[in-house]
Amino acid sequence: MAFKRQVGRLPIIPADAQEFNVTCHYCIVGCGYKAYTWPMNRQGGTAPEQNKFGVDLSEQQVMDTEAWYAPSMYNVVRQNGRDVQLVVKPDVNCSVNSGLGSIRGARMAENRPSRVTGTQAQRLSDPLVWRNGVWQPTSWEDALDLVARVTARVVTEGSEDDLVVSMFDHGGSAGGYENTWGTGKLYFESMKIKNCRIHNRPAYNSEVHSSRDMGVDELNYAYKDYTLTDTIFMLGANSMETQTNLYLNHMVPGLQGGAKMVVVDPRRTLTIASSEQYAGPENVLHLAIKEGTDLALCNAILTEIVDKGWIDAEFIAASTFPEGVAVAEDEAHPASLGSLEHAMTACRLSLDEAAEICGVPAADIAKAAEWIAKPKDDGSRRKCVTCYEKGIIWGNDNYRTIGAIVNIALATGNIGREGGGVCRLGGHQEGYYRPGDAHVGRPAEYVDQFLIRGLGGVHHIWACDHYKTTLNASEFKRVHKRRSDMVKDAIDAAAGGTREQVVDAIVSAINAGGLFVVDVDIIHSQIGQNAHVILPACEANEMNLTSMNGERRLRLSEKYMDPWGNSKPDALIAAGVAQSMERVLREMGMYAYADQFKGYDWATEEDAFMDGYNKGNPEVTYERLRAMGNNGVQEPVVGFENGQLVGTERLYTDGRFTRHGREDGKALFCAAGWRGWQAPGKAREQAAHRFWINNVRANIFWQNQFLDQKNDFVQDRYPHPFVEMHPDDMVELGLNPGDLLEIINDNGVTQGMAYPMPTLKRNTVAMVFGSPAGSQGNVVNPGVNELVLPDYKHCWGDIRKISNATAQTAGISFKSHEVVL
Amino acid sequence: MKCNRLVDVGRRQFLRGGLVATAGAAAATVVGTGQAQAQTALALVDYPANRLANIADLAVNEPMDIGYPDADSPGILIKLGQAVEGGVGPDGDIVAYSVLCPHKGWLLSYNAGDKTLNCPGHHSRFDCESGGQQIWGHATQNLPQFKLRVEDNGDIYADGVDELIFGRLSNVLA
Repeated sequence: MAFKRQVGRLPIIPADAQEFNVTCHYCIVGCGYKAYTWPMNRQGGTAPEQNKFGVDLSEQQVMDTEAWYAPSMYNVVRQNGRDVQLVVKPDVNCSVNSGLGSIRGARMAENRPSRVTGTQAQRLSDPLVWRNGVWQPTSWEDALDLVARVTARVVTEGSEDDLVVSMFDHGGSAGGYENTWGTGKLYFESMKIKNCRIHNRPAYNSEVHSSRDMGVDELNYAYKDYTLTDTIFMLGANSMETQTNLYLNHMVPGLQGGAKMVVVDPRRTLTIASSEQYAGPENVLHLAIKEGTDLALCNAILTEIVDKGWIDAEFIAASTFPEGVAVAEDEAHPASLGSLEHAMTACRLSLDEAAEICGVPAADIAKAAEWIAKPKDDGSRRKCVTCYEKGIIWGNDNYRTIGAIVNIALATGNIGREGGGVCRLGGHQEGYYRPGDAHVGRPAEYVDQFLIRGLGGVHHIWACDHYKTTLNASEFKRVHKRRSDMVKDAIDAAAGGTREQVVDAIVSAINAGGLFVVDVDIIHSQIGQNAHVILPACEANEMNLTSMNGERRLRLSEKYMDPWGNSKPDALIAAGVAQSMERVLREMGMYAYADQFKGYDWATEEDAFMDGYNKGNPEVTYERLRAMGNNGVQEPVVGFENGQLVGTERLYTDGRFTRHGREDGKALFCAAGWRGWQAPGKAREQAAHRFWINNVRANIFWQNQFLDQKNDFVQDRYPHPFVEMHPDDMVELGLNPGDLLEIINDNGVTQGMAYPMPTLKRNTVAMVFGSPAGSQGNVVNPGVNELVLPDYKHCWGDIRKISNATAQTAGISFKSHEVVL
Repeated sequence: MKCNRLVDVGRRQFLRGGLVATAGAAAATVVGTGQAQAQTALALVDYPANRLANIADLAVNEPMDIGYPDADSPGILIKLGQAVEGGVGPDGDIVAYSVLCPHKGWLLSYNAGDKTLNCPGHHSRFDCESGGQQIWGHATQNLPQFKLRVEDNGDIYADGVDELIFGRLSNVLA
């Protein structure tokens, strides 16, 4: 029976409630919300003058009304030490979402920690130190002292290369300009840490190297381009699920205004199904390619466009590299870059060749090329906006495939113009501001393998849970646990000793192959089970936080509640680590090194913002951003006039491309030749197993469910990770809906719940990514590209039933997700 | 847009007769000399008990338009043809739901093929056989279900709601 909150009435927001700007801290779209808070002993009334909306709430409100909020948008939280009532609801005046809430963001209030309502009691409130076999709560001073003493010993007895760091690089959530600066200053300025990785991939690298090398920043358009365009070209993305209000509020109006849509995806996604409803099936072309063949498809589309003369010759002449090779293929460049003519020597692929490789009709590929580039009957050029995400970024041959996509946009002049753009759709918001990372190198160290090989002695982890979100996860977990257990055992054996004796014991264990683990997070995560020190962080709105969205829209999401317990912003935790390092190093007599850890005297997150982002962008301050509200300003900010920050609607409108740093301002084409499976082991695995295990997202979950794992509404819907299968495959394997199954291959095993999905191809399954109850990464092999980008998407395995449906799984709905109107 | 709905809820008339809310009137505030008296209000929403239909009026898998707790809150009453958890009647298959999508308040349409309620606005859908569970969608709650009971003469009454209905901050308007 479906979960119900049994709420028949909610307190009304009084007319004088405090109001705060909130940017949803989940996906990259960054929908605008408003938070309202008011004292526990007050409430608004139904009369217009008694409530925030100024309307008569004793009447039924109409559809799309602003004057309603769901129980998930209400909570009781702490503000300046007092309990207050809170509503967080979508903002109708934000141009990003125009009042639409998503199933993720519209639960922000409910997903706040509350002592009164008991929500999110899993949040960490105090630093924890491994002591006598348990994680014991302690003071910041005690916890940071242990972190600094062990870290200082290891990096001075060995080198900074012995400190391994996993750290988020994103905006929103616990990221943002404040926190990426805090961590960045610690690890890239005070230290020069080389062995680091990002939250979702096993190295410290870009996900879109080739786009940047070609001169094209990956976020170059405005969301309004989707409404101004003639064609939306989407690859490896499913925006209805994952960038919901970008789809509903920008793409759908485009489709309803007559735009066509081309979607490249092996799977019939909900985006395709909904687009058919909104635009009519005749205006939606689904290229259901064989997995991993996007590159061949794009090359054939480009070839068709070139051969038909649909290129934008004027744009190419003015804005792209004129002749030959500009950058040769080498260890750091998995393809050469240069002129269109040069690129075509590698990219040329006929429609028939591509049809054979991709498993789709040649006529459909030709039709895609037509919809993307064929000039209109009156001779005017066709506008096309191109977007891609994890199906490409985490797909086969990342560098060349993204290069091939950008090639099409460049050849058709669809960058820097209305209705154009070639952009990643994104996961989290962006919020990267750090000192230079050139010392990391390119290719960067494959950090997971570095740890698996027994290297590194200290592991600092910032809001990353590799247990759920890395590849080759089975082996990674096995080794990480073994190495960290060595240190736990050493600490247990040194029980009763002084701090000095305990640190000696830890360092001895490290020297014997152990790993000392410090985990900074908002919850006790799965990888946190291996930690020796756990430091509690807070999130957006428990602190002020700045981030930008997928059209570079920068907002200040305001603090409206206190951090939970004694948790702190990551930026201030990083400052605490730095200050402790300085003190300990000074005690050790290493004065020069200690001096490198000066400069962290920040009292608030705003101090960190001013120390970092503001230094590079002196126009931008909290006060000015607050005044810009939920519509903020699109980066780069170029001035401050008439009391407003002046931004940039879209990049490259002058036809000069700069992301690669070339002074000539010319974009480069990518010689993205097709070469089959790029990553090691993929072809062999494909041949050895029946099912392709596609890892997919669902709109209901945010990322690895770190908060949603304790949200009843969410867990009621999917008590186990779903594994969608074709019903005929289920019958063959003796699986009923809700039965538990495991997926097996040479890399490991994972588990989930069978969910019939008749629109899937046979012998493929779609398993939700990053679930705490079944990590898809367990069965993904360690294969990466030349620049250490993981190919999470390509994994094959066999499936075995482990149990009949449980009491929990038997009661849920197993109907198809596609709307039937 | 392909349309195979059985009931076009967007154009239908809601039942009005016999559906006047029976909630008690709010207690008046009594102000004493110089000191306000606390109001005596009930802790829970006081739902009306409304007769929706008689079992004899229902045909299997053909939803009947209803309004509950009042005429401004449209819903459907349906005999699914197969017993479900929470279903009433001799066959345990009669249920009733709000048809205002809890995402943005669009009117849901019933699809008899798979017994779901579907939103034409943003494509959320809800399962009438699973307590109104959102199969897929944007709402942050499952569909409000009306609590039903059946009298000996076959009359079906609604006397409760298990979630907040879209467009009202109190399920019983005051």
